[in-house]
Amino acid sequence: MVAVPKIAGIETEYGVSLRGAADPNPVLASSLLINGFVEQRRIGWDFEDESPGRDARGYARDGAQPPEVETHLVNAVLTNGARYYVDHAHPEYSTPECSDALELVVADKAGERILARSMQAARRLLPEGQEIVVYKNNSDGKGNSYGCHENYLVDRSVPFAALVRTLLPWFVTRQIFCGAGKVGSENGAGPVDYQISQRADFFEEEVGLETTLKRPIVNTRDEPHADPQKYRRLHVIVGDANLCEVATFLKVGTTAIVLAMLEDGGFVDKDLSITGPVAAMRAVSHDPSLRATVELVDGGRCTALELQWEFLRLARKYADESGLEGCGGELLGRQVLERWEAVLGGLERDPVHLAGQLDWVTKRQLLDAYVSRDDLAWDDPKLSLLDLQYHDVRPDRSLYERLVRAGKVERMVTEAEVLRAVAEPPATTRAYFRGTCLARWADAVVAANWDSLILDVGSDPLRRIPMMEPTRGSKGHVEHLFEDVTTPGQLVDRLSAPQEVE
Amino acid sequence: MAERERKQKPAPREREGEAAEVAAPAKAGEALKEDLDDLLDEIDSVLEENAEEFVRSYVQKGGE
Repeated sequence: MVAVPKIAGIETEYGVSLRGAADPNPVLASSLLINGFVEQRRIGWDFEDESPGRDARGYARDGAQPPEVETHLVNAVLTNGARYYVDHAHPEYSTPECSDALELVVADKAGERILARSMQAARRLLPEGQEIVVYKNNSDGKGNSYGCHENYLVDRSVPFAALVRTLLPWFVTRQIFCGAGKVGSENGAGPVDYQISQRADFFEEEVGLETTLKRPIVNTRDEPHADPQKYRRLHVIVGDANLCEVATFLKVGTTAIVLAMLEDGGFVDKDLSITGPVAAMRAVSHDPSLRATVELVDGGRCTALELQWEFLRLARKYADESGLEGCGGELLGRQVLERWEAVLGGLERDPVHLAGQLDWVTKRQLLDAYVSRDDLAWDDPKLSLLDLQYHDVRPDRSLYERLVRAGKVERMVTEAEVLRAVAEPPATTRAYFRGTCLARWADAVVAANWDSLILDVGSDPLRRIPMMEPTRGSKGHVEHLFEDVTTPGQLVDRLSAPQEVE
Repeated sequence: MAERERKQKPAPREREGEAAEVAAPAKAGEALKEDLDDLLDEIDSVLEENAEEFVRSYVQKGGE
């Protein structure tokens, strides 16, 4: 068996504050951001295929509440193929589908730029003295968390239970390089000065359908947004929102390889299961020295770092025997493996070596500098302020951006690539078809979803174009088609049968 | 793509060998620590005022 291409995307809920208002309403603030950004007519979202309550384990939910679909709220699809909308009381940005980790770093960074532009635009809509500010983090420090979810295309034929077994120790341990760092603890977790992850305190179950209550480490939402006979979409809710490009690159790149390895089967030659993964997740996050050990089901104890070395060993064996074609290609896959090894090595010697690459280390070093200069205790509010403002998305206020400008943070992509991705879709997936239709015929796109577009071709009825195959509709597939047509009607005519984008 | 940024791309550097892999991040980490104090003054000037009140008033609704 050969793993399906690891098409992936990241959805980020941003923290939002409306400053200077007597009665700040976060839903209104979020709407203003999106309306401010979207200057063309807003494109409605087609909810026909949305089924967030469906469960990957194959049975109906037992009392679990599926997330609400808030059709009445602001919802935009952008020319870069992304979705930008109000979810609960947050502005949420879902990147377009990307086919490798570096492409997704660009798309995720473009989301930050879009939020920054939105804040500027919203300022013009607000009374004097009011301002909307957004943060790319996952917690308000008071027990309220909002997510940064990853999505990966996975082969439907792989039994979900086979994924879960290895994904639990994977998610418990990968936080040592993809955690975004946090001052203190929340949600009843034990006291700690500084921990590795923003999110670890909020996970209470091993496996389940919830995302807002009793959050599970492995989420079972089964809503593929693609051909359900062929694919799953693994919905990963356990991650932190990252600012460091290296952290995002590793988070996505390593997880894609691990998933491909599990799909192909037969590579996991020992049981990596952890006893009590929920408690283990907190224990790992609460120990920035990386010395905390977890208990293995097979017996014995080991550190998160030691388990990560095991995962890397398996991934290398997988790469040597099966190749990494489905993980963004051989070259990029090897780049992930090399960086993964370098980062684990750095963490083993002293995490401080990863300042400028990993968020939790970069922020920790900034806080340490303040602790030592100002002689601060870890419960000093100034440290919590620094923590929060590291994630401020305004370029002139973001402490992360200050570090970038000072040359303290490694960038993996150019700003020119990021700015291009604000407007243009990735070329390698169906996002290209979606984004190009919106760029050319915004007025004719009546509704859009991940797996369909509805076009008004000027005569009844409206035409629905399914896009059930995420790898199709790429620039390679449809560039000539777009060159040959000038109207959406011609486009529909040219699609041999408008059931599938070719 | 700017030359400076091209140099920061990880793949070619890391393929040069183990020594380069080990040295690069270590150097970056130490350099950051040394220079950070100079940055603090600059960061002081953009920090929100009244940390305690500011942190207290940052309250979000849960999401997802």
